[in-house]
Amino acid sequence: MRKLFRDGSHLLRVAALFAAGIAAFFVLRGILVPSDFGRYGHYRAGALADNAKRAVHFGGKTACLDCHSDVADAQKGSRHANVRCEACHGPLAKHADDPGVQPAKLAPERLCLTCHRAIVGRPAKFPQIDPEEHAGGVECTSCHRPHHPEQEGKS
Amino acid sequence: MTVDRRAFFATAGKYLIVTAATAKVIETFLAGATPEPAAYAAADHWWAMVLDIEKCIGCGNCVRACKAENDVPLEAEYFRTWVERYHVRGEDMEHPDVDSPNGGYDGFPDKYPKGDGARTFFVPKLCNHCAHSPCVQVCPVGATFVSPDGVVLVDKSYCLGCRYCVQACPYGCRFIDPRTHTVDKCNLCYHRITKGLLPACVENCPTGSRMIGDLRNPNDPIHAFLREHKVQVLKPQMATGSKAFYNGLDGSVR
Ligand code: SF4
Ligand code: SF4
Repeated sequence: MRKLFRDGSHLLRVAALFAAGIAAFFVLRGILVPSDFGRYGHYRAGALADNAKRAVHFGGKTACLDCHSDVADAQKGSRHANVRCEACHGPLAKHADDPGVQPAKLAPERLCLTCHRAIVGRPAKFPQIDPEEHAGGVECTSCHRPHHPEQEGKS
Repeated sequence: MTVDRRAFFATAGKYLIVTAATAKVIETFLAGATPEPAAYAAADHWWAMVLDIEKCIGCGNCVRACKAENDVPLEAEYFRTWVERYHVRGEDMEHPDVDSPNGGYDGFPDKYPKGDGARTFFVPKLCNHCAHSPCVQVCPVGATFVSPDGVVLVDKSYCLGCRYCVQACPYGCRFIDPRTHTVDKCNLCYHRITKGLLPACVENCPTGSRMIGDLRNPNDPIHAFLREHKVQVLKPQMATGSKAFYNGLDGSVR
């Protein structure tokens, strides 16, 4: 035991190295780990804000109807009353923010038949048609109003 | 009378604060301003999804909306949400034919004949925002986590792209973004729900097959829906605490 202490300088060197290593770990950790890591759990709290700050592309039906109340009236009592505008009209947040930005043109292939072409698998009670048989190729809008399909006429 | 400097500043400070507050109140009243709406408090919410298979028509609106809203690569391997078509022949529940051409992005071709005795239906899928998610458990760096409002999020700046979570998710909900080499998946449109908007897929589903609900809000219609329908989660045996509730799910769906 005594001998160990007499020749103990090598132990001191090891201890010093250890202490320096631990100190370096904490300094590096302080620099590398953001201060908000662990505020709510094992993650960086700022990631919540990062996820929340992406750009919005679909403005939402409320934004549309703020200006287009006539469409809200036209939809009343229709089976399309709960279909939200951008489902057919496409993403319009930019137009909702600034009415000067022209809405994109409607994509014809994404209109009526997207939902109403008869396909095996669609729920039986959902209205579906075979366009050839139903109208012989005549455009849907020559008979139906998209905002209120039960009524005849345009728009 | 001598005034101690310290006491003077303390008193003056108090008067200044009171005056400023009064001015603010008067200003608010004069402007007729309504107080700012309370900022989004994550801990007040606990988000869940309801997917009603009986209403899904396989139109693919949700898939297209999701890619447009979240800047998801357009190639066929990358989806935050997608729609599958199940074709179950007679009693053979264990071997359904499942197809999902381009995830349903372009809708579904009429592939199956009418009246062949099979049952065909559409199943929209997305991250289930599991409360005990395997993906969170395996992430070595804390880049994927459950938020205080119950959304499983990815911290893009922390993700190493190690793919552990891609392997761990029993539902195949995650992919590696080829542009950033970090993981990506549905975040329930966190940038929308924190602003009071609906997720893009819910906003654009024409049949109301997709609904989002706040389980911590007793007035949310989701409570009535869960009470009145026989809902199920995917792979309940995995006990992931899935918060995507399906109405009309049957045993053939994996
Ligand atoms: S569905 Fe997959 S990615 Fe989503 S929380 Fe569950 S395990 Fe994670
Ligand atoms: S938008 Fe709605 S109805 Fe259309 S495929 Fe998606 S979930 Fe089904």
